[in-house]
Amino acid sequence: MNLNTSILQYIEDVKSGSFTVEEFVTETLQRIKDVDEKVHAYISLNDSAINDSKLIDKKITSGENVGKCYGFPISIKDNICITGTKTTCASKILENFVAPYTATVVNRLNDEDVVITGKTNLDEFAMGLTTEFSAYGPTKNPWNLNYVPGGSSGGSAASVAANECLASLGSDTGGSVRNPASFCSVVGLKPTYGLISRYGLISYANSIEQIGPMTKTVKDSAFLLNVISGQDVNDDTTINNNNPDYLQNIENGIEGKKIGIIKEMTTSDGLSSEVSNATKEVIHDFESLGASCDEVSLPTIPYTVAAYYTITSTEAGSNLARYDNIRYGYEMESEGYEYNSYISKSRTKFGPEVTRRIILGGFVPSAGHAGKYFLKALKVKSKLISEINSSFEKFDYLIAPTAPVQPFQFGEKIDDPVTLMLLDYNTVTANLTGKPAISIPYRVSNGLPIGMQIMANTLEEKSLFQAAYALETKTKLPEVPL
Amino acid sequence: MTKIGLEIHCQLTKLESKLFCSCKANYREFKPNHNICPVCMGLPGSLPRLNQKAVESATSIALALNCTTPEKIAFFRKNYFYPDLPKNFQITQLNVYGDMSVGGEGYVDVEGKKIKITRIQLEEDPGRLIYEGTSERTKTTLVDYNRAGTPLVEIVTDPDFENPRQVRVFLNILSDLLENLGVAEPGLEGAMRADGNVSIEDGNKVEIKNIGSFHDLEKALHFELTRQQSLSERDIEIVMETRHWDDRRKITISSRSKEEDQDYRYFLENDIPWVKINQETRDNLKKNMPESIGSKRERYVEKYDIAPQVADILSSDKYYSELFESAHDESNAKDVANLITTDLLSFIDTKEKKQTSKVTSQHLSDLVNAVNSKILTRNSSKIALQEIVKSGKSVNDLLEEMDIGQVSNSSEIENIISKIFEEEKQAVIDAKERPETVNFLVGKVMQKTKGKADPVKTLELIKSKLEQ
Repeated sequence: MNLNTSILQYIEDVKSGSFTVEEFVTETLQRIKDVDEKVHAYISLNDSAINDSKLIDKKITSGENVGKCYGFPISIKDNICITGTKTTCASKILENFVAPYTATVVNRLNDEDVVITGKTNLDEFAMGLTTEFSAYGPTKNPWNLNYVPGGSSGGSAASVAANECLASLGSDTGGSVRNPASFCSVVGLKPTYGLISRYGLISYANSIEQIGPMTKTVKDSAFLLNVISGQDVNDDTTINNNNPDYLQNIENGIEGKKIGIIKEMTTSDGLSSEVSNATKEVIHDFESLGASCDEVSLPTIPYTVAAYYTITSTEAGSNLARYDNIRYGYEMESEGYEYNSYISKSRTKFGPEVTRRIILGGFVPSAGHAGKYFLKALKVKSKLISEINSSFEKFDYLIAPTAPVQPFQFGEKIDDPVTLMLLDYNTVTANLTGKPAISIPYRVSNGLPIGMQIMANTLEEKSLFQAAYALETKTKLPEVPL
Repeated sequence: MTKIGLEIHCQLTKLESKLFCSCKANYREFKPNHNICPVCMGLPGSLPRLNQKAVESATSIALALNCTTPEKIAFFRKNYFYPDLPKNFQITQLNVYGDMSVGGEGYVDVEGKKIKITRIQLEEDPGRLIYEGTSERTKTTLVDYNRAGTPLVEIVTDPDFENPRQVRVFLNILSDLLENLGVAEPGLEGAMRADGNVSIEDGNKVEIKNIGSFHDLEKALHFELTRQQSLSERDIEIVMETRHWDDRRKITISSRSKEEDQDYRYFLENDIPWVKINQETRDNLKKNMPESIGSKRERYVEKYDIAPQVADILSSDKYYSELFESAHDESNAKDVANLITTDLLSFIDTKEKKQTSKVTSQHLSDLVNAVNSKILTRNSSKIALQEIVKSGKSVNDLLEEMDIGQVSNSSEIENIISKIFEEEKQAVIDAKERPETVNFLVGKVMQKTKGKADPVKTLELIKSKLEQ
């Protein structure tokens, strides 16, 4: 049985009786047992996965209605709530938090009969780009265990890349789906803001983050988006997308389409020569697919990382204020503490990156400083939106490498927060503008992946998948060496 | 010059659910922490869902207070740590970047003076802290989150009040108005709270918080004015600060907290998209608004010739005006109004009594019609009304049970008069000499018939007997 298969292939195989759901899930759990000690993609596993797969098999054999997922195994980032399971956000402060409700995305997956393998690792509260900031230890890159898998959805990306599931749900606030997708050579989508319900996703920077599918193929990404997208009464920010079939016409190609190569993202100082070369090749590939490519400049981009960290820290400072260890949390003796000192003490359980951003989030929007930082960041955001909107008047797609560099070794950048922040340089624009963006595996150079990012206009996911699929047909990549 | 401004918080208790979830807005009937859900508890991953009805109710209040109402409104986060605040921020509104709250500038007429409304905002009420003993000495603080997320409207006035009495009159007008609108029940414990700010002679402004009732507010304002005046007379500077009302000692105390310096780091609540309130919605709200107290009062006086002071009482109280509206017809409006304001008002004078009273508009119209058709005397109708409030029995049943039917049979009354004439010989002589004393004899007849004798007929018969 080949665990390195797409969702769509898996469904065909189950339907044709090549194997049962239980057989595939059992094999997947065995794979997790074999490799996850090394990879550490998972924080916790679903004890009832085998049971769940049996129930779906029963539906199939008895001819009952079966959901369209046919029990394929999927992992969920551990900042998305599932009733009765621990949702830790890879933080010590939530180590005992058992969610009393299930996220809308997970309900939608369950309605279509998936089997959840478990909850995946992340940087604490999704703040980071390497998963080194997980309170439960880092996830390793399946392509080379000495290298970081990217982040913050590093566990999700690694679980898909290492064949420990067929797909995963991550969350993307500034590149947290696309960056690890790029580092682990999987497909990662950050949809239009509001396309997927955030109900049950533990907020970090709620004004710009989205849940996104992480898959082995572009078609799988479209398939999953069909299942999880659309308006939700529990999330007022969701928008009505009229539930299109994202798989329909996905093979239409991009003949005659106009592609903008974002100047600021392809000529920045931080770009490695491997990534730079891959960018030249991708332009050639797109042209050979019948599209025309031109350089486009969005002059505000150099300010976006600063604006991004200002806005996200402000929201994080507020979103994480509820972790006062009073209504839920971990054991801490309260005797001898006054209310404020108890809170201060309990909050020392936050890790270094979260603490850094909470402190920043207390400063940049504060009276006397908001004008210099927070309000300026909002101005950058609105300027960027108008720039990107006028770019989309001329271009169908905007492209750039997902990350300016390839994966690096553990410990290499963790002590240099500013360098780490610059890894977001090419991804934060999609979050700040709410536009959809996808990272697709493009090259493996020196044994390490390089991903390409395609952005499209608001709610143009269908068109985005067409471009991504066209490029995917142009690439031939090796199998993960694990 | 004395300047007093107010910040009034009023719960929208007439709404079915809380501001951001489907828990009940009426949290009072629940055991502690039994009216909560992941949203109002601010659990990780939960999101607020705006109750559109709350926006409508708050907009109605803004319209009723003559406020400007913007095309679209936004919500903000007010960030601070407090145990009654599950998310450690409150979702509220703010107008610093232009008008974004449900109501902008407006006014209320108070005894001919315009009290300006600064703004009206919609926000969530926090939970409730319950102390063991006083808040300063408590060893254990309990938190009940049943209230957390209850829709709350904050009404802020300009410092337009000149004295505490004006404040009281304003609050009475405001609470009647809110009740009449059908959005709030200001009489419920804790449903309407007010903080004040006071300054004298252009001195520094002092805020007074923690005031339990309107009655205490008036006292607190008096105390604070006296305190400031005595400082000022001795040339001591009045410090700009927040003071708390100490209900036990009836004084204001400096809160000594850093509340004034607190930085709430306000920013947009992005989980709630901007809410558009278009002209059509506002027009509809205006159209469907219940008749205002002022207009009711005018109508009662002009259409039914009801005395102004009676019309005042009727129109300003939702309970009585509703009873009146459904009890009267064109012919008996004045009598129904008088029955309510002279008799019913003395039986039903508290909110609890309003709730337990069994009286219906049918009772009132039956009583008035019985009096007008001389089946009952005014006096007996009062006795019957008291019984109706308790038991809800019909007027017909009571006529039989209580033997209160009016006696208008001439021979029956004549028999009684004859007896009285024998018993009260001196009074008969007096009445013959000085006709104005005849009422004494009428009174005696009424006494004997327990008020059932038709007073007009009785007088007629006594007069004719005196002339014999």
